[in-house]
Amino acid sequence: MLGWEFPPYNVGGLGTACYGLTKALSALGLKIIFVVPKAPDEFDYDFLKVVNAGIDLEHLEQYIPINSGIVPYYESFPSTKILRNDIVKSKNFQLYGPHIFEEVNLFSDKVLNVANNFDFDLIHAHDWMTYPAAIKLKHKTGKPLILHIHATSFDRGVIGIDPRVYDIEKRGFEEADVIVAVSEFTMRTVIEKYGINPEKVKVVHNGVLLGNKDKFYDVKIFPNDYVVSFVGRITIQKGPLYFVEAAKIVSDFIPNVKFLVTGSGDMLPQMINRVAELGLSDKVVFTGFLRGKELDKIYAMSDVYVMPSVSEPFGITPLEAIANGTPVIISKQSGVSEVLRNCLKVDYWDVEKMANYIIAVLKYSELRDTLKTHAFMEITNINWDNAAKKLLGIYEEVLNGRG
Amino acid sequence: MVEVNFYFQVHQPYRVRDFRVFEIGKNIDSLNQNNKTAKINKKIGKKFSSSRSSLVRYLLDKAPTKLMSRLFIPFFQAHPKLKEFVKKHYLNFYFQVHQPYRMRDYRAFDIGKNHGYFDEKKNAEIIKKVSKKCYLPMNALLMSLLEKYPEFKVTFSFSGVFLDQLEQYAPHTLESFKKLVKHKNVEILGETYYHSLAYLYSIEEFVEQVKLHTKKIKEVFGKEPKVFRNTELIYDNNLAKVAQKLGFKAVITEGADHILGWRSPNYVYYAKDSKMPLLLKNYRLSDDIAFRFSNRAWKEWPLTVDKYVSWINQIDGVILNLFMDYETFGEHQWKDTGIFDFMKHLPKKLLEEGHGFITPSEAVEKFEPVGEVDVPHLISWADIERDISAWRSNAMQDSALEKIYSIEKDVKELGDKSLLEDWRKLQTSDHFYYMCTKYFSDGDVHKYFNPYESPYEAFIFFMNIFQDLKERINALKREKAIQELEPEEMLDKDKSDKKSDKKITKKVKRSKSKRGTKKIKSKVKV
Repeated sequence: MLGWEFPPYNVGGLGTACYGLTKALSALGLKIIFVVPKAPDEFDYDFLKVVNAGIDLEHLEQYIPINSGIVPYYESFPSTKILRNDIVKSKNFQLYGPHIFEEVNLFSDKVLNVANNFDFDLIHAHDWMTYPAAIKLKHKTGKPLILHIHATSFDRGVIGIDPRVYDIEKRGFEEADVIVAVSEFTMRTVIEKYGINPEKVKVVHNGVLLGNKDKFYDVKIFPNDYVVSFVGRITIQKGPLYFVEAAKIVSDFIPNVKFLVTGSGDMLPQMINRVAELGLSDKVVFTGFLRGKELDKIYAMSDVYVMPSVSEPFGITPLEAIANGTPVIISKQSGVSEVLRNCLKVDYWDVEKMANYIIAVLKYSELRDTLKTHAFMEITNINWDNAAKKLLGIYEEVLNGRG
Repeated sequence: MVEVNFYFQVHQPYRVRDFRVFEIGKNIDSLNQNNKTAKINKKIGKKFSSSRSSLVRYLLDKAPTKLMSRLFIPFFQAHPKLKEFVKKHYLNFYFQVHQPYRMRDYRAFDIGKNHGYFDEKKNAEIIKKVSKKCYLPMNALLMSLLEKYPEFKVTFSFSGVFLDQLEQYAPHTLESFKKLVKHKNVEILGETYYHSLAYLYSIEEFVEQVKLHTKKIKEVFGKEPKVFRNTELIYDNNLAKVAQKLGFKAVITEGADHILGWRSPNYVYYAKDSKMPLLLKNYRLSDDIAFRFSNRAWKEWPLTVDKYVSWINQIDGVILNLFMDYETFGEHQWKDTGIFDFMKHLPKKLLEEGHGFITPSEAVEKFEPVGEVDVPHLISWADIERDISAWRSNAMQDSALEKIYSIEKDVKELGDKSLLEDWRKLQTSDHFYYMCTKYFSDGDVHKYFNPYESPYEAFIFFMNIFQDLKERINALKREKAIQELEPEEMLDKDKSDKKSDKKITKKVKRSKSKRGTKKIKSKVKV
């Protein structure tokens, strides 16, 4: 399996998704060799040791870091202390680092070397940066290729897409034996925007990892205020400005509300500016990038979680919020809205309706409670085990199809 | 020559069921007949009827009456005293016709500013759409059946809010209904005007709505309802009492398994305590048409007239209560499923087989009740549970219902007509049905009928509207209080100091300005 990030060294949902998926797959008896481009310097080859020390990654047969500069979301850099390299230092704001394509090539060469040391049945690659490597590997070994799409160019570059990335994606989709999309939303993009044969595209919805929570965190920072939260990279894809506009309408209506913004990204300065412009500086609290327990606490202290994404192939954060006992309002332009029913759904641009929903959830405790309990019951069915079973079926189909 | 003498012994005992000690003195009927016996008899009957011997088949086919009916129908029919031996089923078709006033996307920001709660455009569209797909073609079909077969009979129940919407949006459809109902073989049932759940919360409001409905039916159709059906066939022992006091002759409800046990719904029963006659829905035969007709996964699909009538032939009882939504025809079951053709050919076949049709009020006159039905807990015709969980199974529904009835006293005391009307329209059961979250087992039905995106949205609209209703009440109360205060304070004017004088004039001014804005708004509405 080729990926580009893995917890705890992840900046986005992709690492979380890969973690959940590989864990569930290995529970089904599969052996996975997970190759990532680069691990942070301080852990480098000691990486496995670190894993054993604290985090449960034992289900992975191998976790192989390769030294390469790939950092797919350049925009998310200011937030992460862990992934430091040359790209970060060059303060040139582009969606991807300036050397990204060289890095992608470098990665694909290294993958070939690594592959020599292992025996495997098929290649499964996550998102475009790994596609060239995956294609090369396919050509070299003749093993079937499965490409997993967590996001396409159309999700990342809302304003304009990078034609070079588009080309890599398109070539990958054409070479792949099967394309796995995380939602019907993404599947449609692949078919319509890349002109791919619909029969090759399968949907495997993401799951969510539910820790064994006997009870939710009981945290209160603002005892007299309602709390509305936003969690995610602060980039155009995630729709942070729609959140701010909705916050303005809500706070005009209910004075005692605080808005938490967790995450960081290239639009952070713009977001802060807009907050100041609207006179919301005392109401909107920026927490920076958080993970693990701290993130759980953010969810738990929220009365409602909002995901206003402009384009979200899946979107795992609402499920995390629900797992922490928080009702959610999600954008209709998301894959998760295909699988989640016990939530409120809104078009990301309809900030007035979004605000109306926020107000309703805050004001009507029966609504909050019903959403909370029903959604919590519902997400037990949206798990990685189901995703892994579906994927296993696809693997078997591909391998049998090859004779 | 040898003479052959065939002798068949035919006998089945009445097997005693598991009769518990707690039942002694309580359950008399059960000694006479019981489920097991019926089942075994049925089984044996089937076995023999499948054999080739026509003699055996005739002898054992269910019951002697059946045998007679098959062999001697002409003879029996000619003889009035023996006529009752003929095994004849009377079909009691009752169609529910109702459409709620659906709420519009009423947002928190509308509270206190906008008193238009209902989505006029959507409601008009739906009335027009369903008119075209169901009401008009089905009315025409029923009219032709009534004209063609003098024995054919049907019964309707119209909610008041449905008739109001027809007047508003589809007067042509209303005329079509009027024409149909004029026919002597069409009966109309009584219900609550607003298709509400008032019975569960306020008997006073319930009675008012039933009276309003009776008045409306008389006005529109010139007929008087004699038999009562509560919203969604919600029923318990007390409902029969109330309906009796209101002058109805009988009550219609669901033939739920858990109230009937082994007993058949195909007889007239009476309610516990009040002895009010009850007509119970045969939900199997009803749902075969209403829900399963177009279901290709159903093993009996496609349902033909012959098959359906053959089931009816096998059934025991005197009256088959087939109750369903009128929208079954053309709206729930689309025209291309063949539902109209089915209904078109059904009466002919039934009449050929010696069956007949009946209306509820005729049924309770013709047949004596065979036993008592005790319903201490509420039942309804909804979902697999046949209880009231479709309207009251989550915190949102409980709260919304409780809140809407909590303001009854205020609304009535204030005497504001439009306030009362809005409050009542919000009582329509559909609003609470749309908030149902029982998705996981039988959610499909709920989803199909939900005009909102989710139960949560239904709740949000409703509660926002409720907040506005409350603000209106508060405003009216303030106004009223001020009006009532004025004369008294005026008397004291000379004695009082200037300060309070100022206050009063302020108050009066405020109330005046409010009334002013109201007038403008009501003008806009018109």
